[in-house]
Amino acid sequence: MSDTIEASPPPMLDERVGRKSALSRVFGRPEAGSIAGAIIIYLFFFAVAPSFRNASSFSSTLYVSSTYGLMVAPVALLMIGGEFDLSAGVAVTSSALCASIFSYEFTTNVWVGVLVALALSLFVGFLNGWLVVKTGIPSFLVTLGMFFMLQGLNLALTQTLTNQVASPSISNIQGFASAQHVFASSFTVGGVNIRTSIVYWIVVVAIATWILLRTRVGNWIFSVGGSAPSARAVGVPVGRMKIGLFMSVGLLAWFTGMITLFQFNTIQSGQGVGNEFVYIIAAVVGGCLLTGGYGSAVGAALGALIFGMVNQGIVYAGWDPDWFTFFVGALLLGVILFNTYIRRRAEANR
Amino acid sequence: MTSTLENEKQTATPLVRLNKAGKRYGNVIALSDIDLQVGAGEVMCVLGDNGAGKSTLIKIIAGLHQPSAGTYEVEGEAVSFDSPREALDRGIATVYQDLAVVPLMSVWRNFFLGNEVRKGPQMDIAFMKKTCKDEMLAMGIDLRDVEQPIGTLSGGERQCVAISRAVYFGAKVLILDEPTAALGVKQSGVVLKYIIQARERGLGVIFITHNPHHAYPVGDRFLLLNRGRSIGYYEKSQVTREELTGLMAGGGELEALSHELEAAGGAAAGVAAALGEEIGGLGLTHDDNGDGTSAAGPPGPPRASGNSGPPGTPSNPA
Repeated sequence: MSDTIEASPPPMLDERVGRKSALSRVFGRPEAGSIAGAIIIYLFFFAVAPSFRNASSFSSTLYVSSTYGLMVAPVALLMIGGEFDLSAGVAVTSSALCASIFSYEFTTNVWVGVLVALALSLFVGFLNGWLVVKTGIPSFLVTLGMFFMLQGLNLALTQTLTNQVASPSISNIQGFASAQHVFASSFTVGGVNIRTSIVYWIVVVAIATWILLRTRVGNWIFSVGGSAPSARAVGVPVGRMKIGLFMSVGLLAWFTGMITLFQFNTIQSGQGVGNEFVYIIAAVVGGCLLTGGYGSAVGAALGALIFGMVNQGIVYAGWDPDWFTFFVGALLLGVILFNTYIRRRAEANR
Repeated sequence: MTSTLENEKQTATPLVRLNKAGKRYGNVIALSDIDLQVGAGEVMCVLGDNGAGKSTLIKIIAGLHQPSAGTYEVEGEAVSFDSPREALDRGIATVYQDLAVVPLMSVWRNFFLGNEVRKGPQMDIAFMKKTCKDEMLAMGIDLRDVEQPIGTLSGGERQCVAISRAVYFGAKVLILDEPTAALGVKQSGVVLKYIIQARERGLGVIFITHNPHHAYPVGDRFLLLNRGRSIGYYEKSQVTREELTGLMAGGGELEALSHELEAAGGAAAGVAAALGEEIGGLGLTHDDNGDGTSAAGPPGPPRASGNSGPPGTPSNPA
């Protein structure tokens, strides 16, 4: 019986495919858990926090989400590529401190400081990637070391150079207005104020998704995370891919740093610690495997959105913000359990 | 010279030929005096137990190592490969046991990994999916869905993706490293079917295995290795499945073991008797088979009734 099925020419619609329902196709995707989570969280705060419902507060929720989301996108790509970056949180602060202190101390145009910060961020990313690729030491350890080094540099250099714990205000420095216009402006749509960083976030997620799913580089990212030896055997430049991924985290750390800096004119040197876990959690909630080779940029963006919604929703609901991390932890566990359950179901259905 | 070569390529010149090839690692002789050839549409089986030198042989042909003695010719031309890439450029592709596939990625992404077809900055996904499906169909595999992760395919199917990938990207000679080693009976049969398929598409196949039951039905020629030396080189017409099995099992060694157990007496004697029967069943008129010629008994009848093999494939002697 089975012989006749295998021997006969394939029918246009294979009868073995038909069994997969539309529902299980949706749940088979990496984004499944984060879609469900985002809907549930949205409905929850919609129900308990009246001020959460209006458009302008949702716009500011999106803004908070975007400051996470801009970093979550490259961190998700890096995780799909099989590596971690624990220095990503403080790297944002380092970049912002570098730009502001450089242009303040050397009294240059702000844009010079911005470019120096870009070079620094790319270099940090390169160094992370190069160390991981050359030494074979797990990226967890390499970037953990980088995390502490950057944290120390942020505090010590800021204190030494400015005698303060925050960078000096740069709003009077030449070029500030144009830089602020680029990085941290806003526009109004239908009476609702929308920050440009939300637009940047959407663009970055769209580009990341396009790269992952439609380009050769995306294919290579999945392969280096899924099985680096196999990828190497078919000619994928594994080392260059990984270094490139670390540098893309550096690039977005710079971008996020600039957005934060020009939003507030100044930046606290101790800021950013702990955010690296937020990025990783959002990516995992969005369906990225800790072991690499699987995940989605859209899912990760939804993970960042969940974060933003919980962050703001607690405030709008009038609760004690101290509960924030508890909610985040519970959410993480819940979505991961859900993801695992769904993935088992999806695999059983194949 | 070249024009006659061109003519001969179509007919006689083997795609790959090793002549008295050997390999030493320092003072360790891994391989010595190996002759081997495979032409288009032929299957050359290399049989040997663990440590017989099969992997060294693969590495030489695949371009990972250079032979330290003898010559290596590709299409009649002496070659010396510095890397597997060079061998690949000459159409010699190796499918290793781990297959170089990424389990979580879809079948089509694996098929084209490292050789992605692009249209502008993007990949030409429609073309790649269709090609993947068609190529697998040409190998006789009707894939449910080229989007499914390759890890969800069976071992035999995965093996076939790796084989058809090598074929699609211009392989003329396929080296298959123990493709049936980790597979069940039925899956092995599937892989053997694809070896025949590849042969019928005009490829030369070098099939490395330690299982004579897999080698015999598909092979045109058999090279037996033991401790880095050839212990026999047969055309299919010169050897039967039983003889091949006997040679592989090391009939002489088994016999010695049988005597040893007999001498030990007691329960061991029972084992010895069973072993003796086994050896008798192998159809071995005991012989040391130093060079292989002495083992050539009466030419075996073409075996069409192989239990795991494809329908009768009369050997085509070169």
